[in-house]
Amino acid sequence: MTSQTANQPRQAPVATPYLEVSDLRVTFPTPDGAVTAVRGLNYSLPLGRTLAIVGESGSGKSVSSMAVMGLHDPKSTRISGSIKVGGQEIVGMSPAALRKHRGTGAAMIFQDPQSSLHPYFTIGNQIVESYRAHHAVSKRAARERAAEMLNRVGIPNPRRRLDSYPHEFSGGMRQRAMIAMALVNDPKLLIADEPTTALDVTVQAQILDLIQDLQRDFGSAVVFITHDLGVVAQVADDVLVMYAGNAVEHGTVRQVLGAPLHPYAWGLLESLPAVSGEPAPLHPIPGSPPSLLAVPGGCPFHPRCEFRDRVPGAMCTTVAPDLVARTADPAHTSRCHLPAPDRVFASEILPRLP
Amino acid sequence: MLLYILKRVLSAISVVFVALVASFALFFLAPTDPAGVICGNRCTPERVADIRSSLGLDEPPAEQITGYIKGIFAGRDFTNGGTVQHCDAPCLGYSYSLGQPVTKLLAQAVPVTISVVIGAAVVYLFLGALLGTMAAQRRGSPSDKLLMGSAITINSIPYFVFALLVALYVTVLPHPQYTSFLSNPIAWAGGLVAAWLTLGVTNTASYTRYARASMIESLGQDFVRTARSKGISERRVVYRHGLRAALTPLATIFGIDLAGQLTGALFTESIFGLPGLGVLTLRAFNQYDLPVLMGCVLLGAVVLVVMNLVVDIVYTFLDPRVRLG
Repeated sequence: MTSQTANQPRQAPVATPYLEVSDLRVTFPTPDGAVTAVRGLNYSLPLGRTLAIVGESGSGKSVSSMAVMGLHDPKSTRISGSIKVGGQEIVGMSPAALRKHRGTGAAMIFQDPQSSLHPYFTIGNQIVESYRAHHAVSKRAARERAAEMLNRVGIPNPRRRLDSYPHEFSGGMRQRAMIAMALVNDPKLLIADEPTTALDVTVQAQILDLIQDLQRDFGSAVVFITHDLGVVAQVADDVLVMYAGNAVEHGTVRQVLGAPLHPYAWGLLESLPAVSGEPAPLHPIPGSPPSLLAVPGGCPFHPRCEFRDRVPGAMCTTVAPDLVARTADPAHTSRCHLPAPDRVFASEILPRLP
Repeated sequence: MLLYILKRVLSAISVVFVALVASFALFFLAPTDPAGVICGNRCTPERVADIRSSLGLDEPPAEQITGYIKGIFAGRDFTNGGTVQHCDAPCLGYSYSLGQPVTKLLAQAVPVTISVVIGAAVVYLFLGALLGTMAAQRRGSPSDKLLMGSAITINSIPYFVFALLVALYVTVLPHPQYTSFLSNPIAWAGGLVAAWLTLGVTNTASYTRYARASMIESLGQDFVRTARSKGISERRVVYRHGLRAALTPLATIFGIDLAGQLTGALFTESIFGLPGLGVLTLRAFNQYDLPVLMGCVLLGAVVLVVMNLVVDIVYTFLDPRVRLG
C-alpha cells in the first residue's frame, strides 16, 4: 500500500527553490522484502531558508536527506522521483557527477562528530582533503583555506589546531570543525542531520547560532533534521513532519508548532515535558512506528491515532489521505482526514499542553 | 615514552628469566638422564660420567643455572674429554654433537628463518589486505563467496600437506636453498621464493579473512560516510579512510603471528631444506642436544616478548589516540 501525492496545491515559493524534491521514493531490497523508507516525498526549499524535517527514527528523514546528498549505494538502493539541486537532477546522475555534487552542491554534517571525523587523521588533513577534492590548489593554499574556515567557525588558534586530532577537541569544537569541513567548498545547500543531539545543551545553542550565522553569510539553504522541537523553534523557517516515509504536515514554523493540524504532530508536542510550572503527566503517542515492510493501509498513522473514530466511514483504514490544505490557510498542508483539525487542536489539544 | 619502554624492557627481562628457569628445570631435572640418552646403547659408566661432567650435570641445579646465566654475560669454558673449549659471551652452551657453541648455531639459523618469514609476511600482508578489502567491498557477491570459500579451503588443508604439495608439484620454482643475502641477493631470493609462496599463500588465506572482517566493520563507520559525503573518489574512501582504520586490529594479529613463525617455521624449513631455527630445534630435539634446545627456547621467549613490545609501540604510530604510559 502506498500513498501517491502528485497533486498538491501549495503556495508558490517566494524564490526559485534551490532544492526541489518531488515524488521521491527510496527502496532497499532486503531478504525479508523491499523496504520503502521514503514513499513519494515532495518538498522544496529556496536559498536563505531553513527547513526542519521532524519525525521519529525510521520516518525516512535521514534516508531522504542521504538521497539528496547522493550518498546511497546504487547497488543496494532503488531511488525514483526527482531531486533537483540548483537545477541539476540528482536521481540517476553519473557517479562522477554525483561525486562533484557532494561537497560543492550540497554538504552534510552529522549527528556525532566524534565518530564522523576520522580518528587517525588531523583536523587540518581532513579539511584540506575536502577542499582539494574540488579545487586544484597546492597543499599550502588548501591549508590556508582550512585555517580560514576554522577561524570562521570560531576555533581559536586555527593554524595550530589544524594539526590536532579529533580526540584532542571537545565535542562542540569537533562539531565546529565538522561544519568548517562541510562549508569549505562553499555549498549552497547544507544538510544538518541532528547536529546537536550528541552535544551538551549549552554547546547545542552555540552550534545552532553558528549554523544560522553562517547561513546568513553564505546565503545557503539549510535542511535541519531533528526530533527536538525546541531546536525546530529556534532555527527553522519551515517545518516538514515525516511519518512512515512521507510528509504528514508541512508549513511555516509558526503554523506547524503554533497550530499543528495532524494528530501525529499533536502527539509530538504532547510528548514534550514542560521545563517550568507544574509537573504534568506526559501524553506519549501510543504504539510504535510501523514496520516499513508492512505499512498499515489507508493512513499509515491510523493504528496509533486516537482521533480515527471521528472520521466518517472507515476512511482512515482504507483511503490514504493527500497532503493538502485542511484549513483556510493554503500554505499549511496536512495528510489527515479529520474534519476541522484546527478547531480540534484549539479545543482539545491546546488545553492539555503544559 | 622512554620511561614506558624502560619499564617494558624490565618486565620483558623478567619474563625471559622465568622462561629460562622453567625450561632449565624441565630439561635438566627431568626423570630421564640426558647423559644416558646422549651416550646411547653401548655405554660405559665412565663415558656417562664424562658426559655428565662436560654438561655440568654433576653440579647442583642451582650452580648449573648460575653457570649458564654467567656464560650469557661473561662467556665460559667447557672441558670435554680433557680438551677445553672456550665459548664467548653471549654463551648459551656448547653443542657436543655438533661441536660448536650454541650461539654460533643460532647465529647461522636466525638469518635463514628471518628471510623466510619476512619474505612470506610481505606476500600475505599485501595480498591479504588487498583481497580482504575487495571482498569486504563486494560483501555477499559471488566473487566474495568464491574468495572466502577458497580461503577457508586453503586454511583447512594441514599446512605440511600444502607445503609438501608445493614442494613436490610446483617444480617451475627455483630449487629451494639458502644463500646469504649479502653474498648474492638474487640467489637468496630465488632459493626462498618457493618457501615464501607456500607460507605466504596459506597466511594470505587467513589474512584475507581477518582483513575482510575488519574492513566490513570499518566501512560501516560514520567517518567513512563522512568521507563519501566530501566528494572524494570511492577508491580513496575505501583505501585511505576505510583500510587505514582496519589495519590497526590486523597489526596485533600480525605481531603474534610473526613471533610464532620466527620460532617455528618448522614445516616450511624442513620441507624446503632451509637450515633455519625450526630445523635446528627439531634436530636438537631428536638428538637430545640439550644446550641447543635451551638456546632455541630462550631465543623464542625473547622473540615473543620483543614482538609484543614492538606491537605496542607500533600501535602508537597507527592510532594517534593511543598514548603509552
